[in-house]
Formats: sequence, structure tokens, C-alpha cells
Amino acid sequence: MAHTAAIHEDVMAPPRTRAAGAGVYSEKLGMWVFLGSEVMFFTGLIGSYVILRFAHPDSWKPPGHVLNIPVTAVNTFLLICSSVTMVKAFAAAQDGIQRALRLWLVATVLIGASFVGVQVYEYTHLIEKGFVPSEGLYGSTFYTMTGFHGFHVTMGVICMIYVTWRAFRGKYTKEDHRGVEVIGLYWHFVDLVWIILFTIVYLI
Amino acid sequence: MATTATGAPAHAYGEEHPHVDDRPFIRKYIFSTDHKIIGIQFLLMSLLFLLLGGTLAMVMRWQLGFPGRPLPGGGVLPETMAQGGVILPEFYNAAVTMHGTFMVFFAIMPLLVGVFGNYLIPLKIGAPDMAFPRINMASFWTAVPAGFLMLAGFFVEGGSAAAGWTSYAPLSARSDLSGVHLGQIFWCLSLVVLGLSSIMGSFNYITTVINLRAPGMNWFRLPLSIWALFVTSCLVLLAIPVLSGAAIMLLFDQTLGTKFFEPAAGGQPLLWQHLFWFFGHPEVYILILPAMGFASDIIANGARKPVFGYTSMVLAIIAIGFLGWGVWGHHMFQSGMNPTLGTAFMISTLLISVPSAIKTFNWLGTIWQGNITFHVPMLNALAFVSMFVIGGLSGVFMATTPVDIYIHDTYFIVAHLHYVLFGGSLFAIFAAVTYWYPKMFGRLMNPTLGKIHFWLTLIFYNCTFFPMHQLGLHGHMRRIYDPTQYAFLKEVQPVNTFITISAFLLFATQMLFLVNFIMSWFNGQKAGNNPWNDNGLEWTLPSPPVHGNFPVTPTVYRGPYEYSSPHSDKDFLPQNVPLPGGYPAPHAQPAGD
Repeated sequence: MAHTAAIHEDVMAPPRTRAAGAGVYSEKLGMWVFLGSEVMFFTGLIGSYVILRFAHPDSWKPPGHVLNIPVTAVNTFLLICSSVTMVKAFAAAQDGIQRALRLWLVATVLIGASFVGVQVYEYTHLIEKGFVPSEGLYGSTFYTMTGFHGFHVTMGVICMIYVTWRAFRGKYTKEDHRGVEVIGLYWHFVDLVWIILFTIVYLI
Repeated sequence: MATTATGAPAHAYGEEHPHVDDRPFIRKYIFSTDHKIIGIQFLLMSLLFLLLGGTLAMVMRWQLGFPGRPLPGGGVLPETMAQGGVILPEFYNAAVTMHGTFMVFFAIMPLLVGVFGNYLIPLKIGAPDMAFPRINMASFWTAVPAGFLMLAGFFVEGGSAAAGWTSYAPLSARSDLSGVHLGQIFWCLSLVVLGLSSIMGSFNYITTVINLRAPGMNWFRLPLSIWALFVTSCLVLLAIPVLSGAAIMLLFDQTLGTKFFEPAAGGQPLLWQHLFWFFGHPEVYILILPAMGFASDIIANGARKPVFGYTSMVLAIIAIGFLGWGVWGHHMFQSGMNPTLGTAFMISTLLISVPSAIKTFNWLGTIWQGNITFHVPMLNALAFVSMFVIGGLSGVFMATTPVDIYIHDTYFIVAHLHYVLFGGSLFAIFAAVTYWYPKMFGRLMNPTLGKIHFWLTLIFYNCTFFPMHQLGLHGHMRRIYDPTQYAFLKEVQPVNTFITISAFLLFATQMLFLVNFIMSWFNGQKAGNNPWNDNGLEWTLPSPPVHGNFPVTPTVYRGPYEYSSPHSDKDFLPQNVPLPGGYPAPHAQPAGD
């Protein structure tokens, strides 16, 4: 067969034996990629909020009139603390100190759960006052944005309980503690989202 | 293998030899973590939805072709859908909506991404499975309930969603306007659940392609199908969550009484359109990029030549992936959006035709002077290219604002979208299913039946959709129940009747494919490892490959398109075969070239 196929340089190249990849293990890479998806989800919600609020600023009450800023500020502080305990847990895992790892993981679970608890308290209080999701754009956006953040924290706490359970069974060693690092990434992301939400929903 | 920063050992995948497969039936075929089984599960599910979507299209076409006449067999439908067999307007709207929804979300998207993403990615990159096999299984078993939720709409009070597959607010948000409450709620819920499935699938694919490639399989040796699936996965990953967010807002508007899309309370119906199309336009490329990838693989195989301009093909895929984010406004020229913005969207949309044209010319360059084998996948792939060109050109009409003002929301757009979705995606799916069927099931599909199916489909498909351009230019609106109620449309009613007859013949032709698919499973000719003489890694394995894929991790020496290579005595040169006598010095010119 007469062919005119161009011969690629590639044909000549000797085989490469190095392992392909991004230089990080798959669970970590997968979590980073997944967080990209989460960024888009919250961007959709926050973007809609910005558009709705710019178009109808009168639908929003001044900061502090409806929402209880001091309580939520304390709650924000709690969540930031849980990021600190998460970092401590990861550091303990890296050093292979099992007792510290378990302690810091339990602390993270407890603080995370109390964040959700305070949010539930806040919701019931607001609904009693008559501030419900159908209360105009203010109520719509408030409950949707903080609600989905709370949902993410709840999912994080559930996964964190699983990781803690595994930590108590000694599954995380100095050499291999992927689960702790991966849940940590998610946890810090959720924390970061809250700082943005607290600013734009409560403070502005 | 390399160790990671944390000292954790990297994956030992592929180092293990596949064990004797002693998994019980339920772990092997139902709740399987094997990417090949999951791919086949997606294939069966989405073919069922394809059939269902097609049936709904027939309901719609009957009403348009023969308005007011009883649908043959329509007597079995309940009185809420058809009275005495005559389709009711409410059911017509539901059929339009669910046809679009099923076809886009439950047929074409899973066929392209769910089926072939799962089946091909690990096999073609030389991996034993996905990076996260259990998440992969969860992805399929999340898609199934989503499908049931969507189907459930037909069986509840008020019927299924009926606000179009785009579900524009406020029609979709308020049941007092559409008459549908539960059906629309199910629509939203189903898409949120399906979104979870898609996201689980996509981050899995992305991680797998980045991390689990065999030694030597560097980025520019990846088959174009894998490149396309990789970029598509990135689009799915980033576009679907926006739809999920929007669907949740719509769901809350219906159930909790929120006011996102309620104009009276300051909400913005236009916001829904922006969010929907911000997802929806990348979605268009989700539905065409994998098709382009499969066509590239198959056309190179059929032409027995390397893909013309491999690097430019890759760059064009990436360029489409990027540009696809900046064009959503071209769906909204007539929505009351700022006209200046419309100009910007027009320019960005026209820019996309550049990488698309690069790909088209590269396909032509690939078949140019090739020694073409017209096997069934090749025929379908060539039909994909030619139909995609027609759809692409009519897209340029739509993208140009002055023209769009005239043809917006007419049958012209229906023609355009079917030329890219049926003529484009579906022909590529026929090509890909026929091409990889022997790998999946160990047997070839019947080529004679395949050729009859191909030619009849090509003819009836064009008879169905090409006249729609004329209807659109005549001013025929899309999504209307009875065109004969308008005097100016009465004169084109014969065209509508012609389209309906063609559509029914087109639908009947698809039964050939179904029969071929089922019969070949049991009676097809045994395929052997490599029936198409292809270079890809999957063809070095038995058909079907065993659980765990590769007995030994393959080493890759070259790209997948070395057809008619002078270095080989055959007309193909598999990716994993080292050349006898070592490697010629770089830049050495083989004799006779």
C-alpha cells in the first residue's frame, strides 16, 4: 500500500519508565478536583445572591436588624477553631502520635457538631420571630446559602466521625494517613466558604 | 513507584495480577466496581431512555403532523393524557419537556460520558480500573433513582414537568401558571440527584486520567477520545453544580415559597435563564466533545492513516472547553438581556467556530488519500462529520444576532439542535457502540444489518430534520400544540406531515439497531482481540477483558494513530509493541518516504 503517513517523532522516542501522574496520590487529587465542583456550586448561589441584592437592595434589612451577629460571630470563631484542631490532627498524624491524632479529631468533630447545633438554634429562633424562607428575597437567599453551608458541615462531621473511628482503630500511621489529609482539605474548604458567607450575608 | 509527599505509598494498581474471578453474581454484574460492567450498565440504562425519549418524540410528531387525529394506539393512554386517543395540549407539553429532558440528561449524556468514559478511560490509558471504583459504582446507582424520579412524574397528579426541558421561570416555578406541581418538583429533584452522579463520575475520570496512565502514556500519546472525555469531564465537573444550585432554587420556589424567580417579590426570571444556560452551554459541548473524540479514533482507523494534526486536535478540544464558558448568552438574545451584551456573546460564539472548523478540516485531512475501509463505525463517523458541519453552519446563523431575531424560537433552532445532537452526537454514538461492542461483548455486531440501519437512518434523519429549516424560516414556532390554528402555517402543514412520516420511519429504523444489538450479543460473529486492527491498548486484551484489565502493566511507546507505519510489516503498530531492532535514531528518514 502506498502510504504518505507522516512519521511522528514519537515513534522514535525510547520508552519512558517513570510513573505517570500529578505527583500526589489519587485521593488527594480527587478531593482537590471535587472541591473545584464545590466552588462552582457556591459560586452559583453567591452569584445569584449578589445579582438579586444589587437589583433590589430594599429587600434587605440593615445588618443586625434581623440576624443575630454576635451569636454567629461566636459560631464563626468556633468553626475557625475547628480548622485549627484539624491542622493539629494532621500534624499529629504526620508525626505518628496516635493519642494526639485521636484527641484532635474528636475535638474537630465536637466543634463541628456544635457549629451545626448553633445554626439550628439560630434557625428556630428566626422562624419564631417570623423570618421564614418565604420572607422575600432576604429570607430566600439567607436560608438557601446558610442552609447549604450547614448541610456541607453536617456531611463533613459525618465523614469526620468515620475518620475518627478509623483513627481509634489505628488505621492512620506516620507513613500512610491519607484519610486525615483528605478530610482536612474538605474541612478547610467548608470553613473558608463560611468566612465568605458570614461576611456577605451577615455583615454587609 | 514514587512515594508521595506524606510518605504514603502511591497506588500499587496494575502491579497485581488479576486474580481468579470468584465474585458472586451480585458483586460481578449488579453492584460491580468494575468500570467495564458499570459502562455496560450505563449503556443498557441509557439505551432504554433513548427509546423512551424517541417514543415521546413520536407522540409529539403525530400531533404536529396530524393535529386532532387520534394517535394510533393512543387509546391505552389515560384520559388525562389523551381523550379518545387525541393528544391533549397538557400531555403534548409534557411530551415536549420530557423528550428533551430524557434525551439530554438520560440518553445522550450518559451514552457519551457514562458509557464510554467508564469503559474506555482505564482500558485506553492502561489502568486496571478507575481511581475510585466504589465511587464509580455509586455514580451509576445514583443515576438509576434519578431516572425513576424523572419517570415518576408521569404517574402523579398534574402529570410530569411541562415547562420545556429548559424549565424557564416563572412558568416552571408557579404551579398556578403551568398546572403542574409534583411533576416539576420531581424534575428538579431528579436533576439534583443526577448531578451528584455526574460529579462523582467526572472527578473520578479526571483523577484517573491524570494519575493512572501507564508508563510511557504521556499526555500527547493519549487517544483523542480520552482527551475529549477528559475535557468533557472538566466541563461536567464545573457546569453541573451550577445547574444543581439553580434546580435547588427552583425547587425551593415551588416548595418553601422562596422568591428567587418571582418577579412580584423582586426575584428575577432572567436569573434562571442565566444560571441554566451558564450550565447549558458547556453542556452542549459535553454532548459533542466525546462524539468528536470517538469520531477521530474511528476515522483514523477507517482511513488507515494517522490523525491529521493530532496536536491541533488536542488544542482545539481544549479551546472549545474554554470558550464554551463564555457564550451562554447566545441562547438569550430575545430574553430582554442588554443588547450590548448580546454583541459580546455573538463574537465569543463565532470564535468557537474556529476550533470546530480546525477539527473538521483535520478529519478531512485524515481521510484525504487514505485507503478507506467503510466498516459500519466508519460510515457512522463520516455521517457524524458531515451532519455536524450542517449543524455547525446553522449554528452560525443562530449566533448572529440580526438573524437570530428573525429565527429565534422557531423550528430553525429545532433543526439546528437536532443536527448537532442527533446528526452529531447520536451518529457518533452509533459509531462508537458498533466499534467497541466487540470489546464489550466479545462478538461483532452484524455488519449487513448495521449498514442497512446506517443508510436508512441517514436518509430518514435528513428527511425529518432538514425541512425544519424551511419551517423555521417560514415562522413556525417551536413547542406549539397545533400549527393549523394559524392561517400562515396552514400552507406549510404538508411539510409537517412529511416530517412526521419521515420521523416514524426513522424511529422504526432504530428497531434494526436494537435487534442487531440484542441478537449479536448471543449470535454475533466472535470478534477476537482486535477486529479493527486498532493500535489502542484495549485491543491488546481479550474480548471482553477480565476484571483488572491488564495482566502486566503495559508500557507505551507511541501515540495511538500509527497506521500504515513503515516501521511495521502490518498496516498498524500497537501502542505497546516495542519496535524490533531497537529504536531508529531520531529524525532518521525511513526509506521510500
